[in-house]
Amino acid sequence: MSQRGERGDPMADWTADEMMTVAAARQLRDGTACFVGIGLPSTAANLARATHAPNLVLIYESGCLGAKPDRLPLSIGDGILADTADAVVSVPEVFNYWLQPGRIDVGFLGAAQLDRYGNINTTVVGGDYDAPTVRLPGAGGAPEIAASCGEVVVIVRQDLRTFTERVDFVTSVGYGTGPGDRERLGLRGGGPRVVITDLGVLAPDPVTCELTLTHLHPGVTREQARAATGWDLAVADGLATGAPPTARELAVLRALEATKSDGRRQ
Amino acid sequence: MAKLVSLADGVAHLVGDGDVVALEGFTHLIPFAAGHEIIRQGRQELTLVRMTPDVIYDQLIGAGCARRLVFSWGGNPGVGSLHRFRDAVQHAWPRPLDLEEHSHAGMANRYVAGASGLPFAVLRGYTGTDLPGHTTNIRPITCPFTGETLTAVPALRPDATVVHAQRADRNGNVQMWGITGVQKEAVLAAHRSLVTVEEIVDELEPVPGQVILPGWAVTAVAEVPGGAHPSYAHGYSVRDNDFYRDWDAVSRHRDTFRAWLDEHVHKANAAA
Repeated sequence: MSQRGERGDPMADWTADEMMTVAAARQLRDGTACFVGIGLPSTAANLARATHAPNLVLIYESGCLGAKPDRLPLSIGDGILADTADAVVSVPEVFNYWLQPGRIDVGFLGAAQLDRYGNINTTVVGGDYDAPTVRLPGAGGAPEIAASCGEVVVIVRQDLRTFTERVDFVTSVGYGTGPGDRERLGLRGGGPRVVITDLGVLAPDPVTCELTLTHLHPGVTREQARAATGWDLAVADGLATGAPPTARELAVLRALEATKSDGRRQ
Repeated sequence: MAKLVSLADGVAHLVGDGDVVALEGFTHLIPFAAGHEIIRQGRQELTLVRMTPDVIYDQLIGAGCARRLVFSWGGNPGVGSLHRFRDAVQHAWPRPLDLEEHSHAGMANRYVAGASGLPFAVLRGYTGTDLPGHTTNIRPITCPFTGETLTAVPALRPDATVVHAQRADRNGNVQMWGITGVQKEAVLAAHRSLVTVEEIVDELEPVPGQVILPGWAVTAVAEVPGGAHPSYAHGYSVRDNDFYRDWDAVSRHRDTFRAWLDEHVHKANAAA
């Protein structure tokens, strides 16, 4: 995990992870419906709801539609999600009636490995499938979230182990092998719109679909971002530096993080 | 009508060596006590089915009960990896574990097909991923009406499904609420079912959002208060998040895991 001062501006009073979470939250528009994974996506989605997007509809795969937790849930089945949801539906229903027809605007995913076309691996790393070096949890809801949501936002720490030329296993499809692949596969959602890391922001090139560095977080250099990428990372013309976290964003994020310990014995 | 049984009798009669067994409960109402009873009774060669094989299957796998796992996400929710699961996959300890891996949407639909008496389910899923390359149980199918290519997955028909619920009445009618996941489908898909409950009551008072499993659709019910611990039963208990966090250290090494199993499962008396 990135530590304060190790990445980004050593004089800043926020960490690289905080910057990443704030930048990801800013990507979520008020009034949209967002399918949320646990961990970094859930933290960022709850930050968005507590700041600029009070009407963000949070959907958890446990069947909680429109959950409004006032602390960070510790799992996708945390009781506070059911207690605060507009509706609690079965797991077959959340996938078949809500995700599959394209009713959900944004899918919010993490990754263990990510390639230049935004394909995601959360299954196995190294070796082969039957004898992997590292066995990861697997697919969960991600393949269909990546296929069917209107768009996908990925939040992931950027380093050479994660940003790989080729993912060892395609768990969830981004742009496949390039332009036209999603259409050829019949994937109806739009695919990854943006990838938020602890170093900056990447977006697919409109022509090549290749993830391209569009923003750096304050204090990060393009050389740092390129050195943390396992392929020859393209950099957008007009590479910009994103805004640092506001005092309010930081205060709300830290208050949310502090609720994790409150929730241990709910 | 469902029989009211003790946990030990329910497991003894409904779960046999070599069976295909599903323990469901989507982070809520996870039948931990029943899983421990399966370990205590020394079941072997099970094909374990579960969307989210979390700590409960880590325990069953580490105890050597499983030959095969059919699943869609194997982790310790909110904490990280399952070390017993990883040890079995990466080092075949305590015995090799075959995997059949799906997505949540695929697994949920497989239960729906089983509950519906259909041979397979159809969905938009898996397309373009590497998952279909590792099992013959994910196949393309052409829609006979539109010509569109979709994905078919076979029905799940467990020999036995085990779930935990809040309440049952004396006729074995089962009532659950809160996050009810895929439990109804998993019970209806199975040849036999065992439901453990927090309490058996004279009358089931209605609760908003409840799911009722009629007693004639359930094989057996056992009263096991706290049977979902360290997960929770909405309205009865809260999730023991410290247990999940501490499991990471307990399960990381074979000797600490075995010591935990001896103390908390083998030496513990079966409830009821």
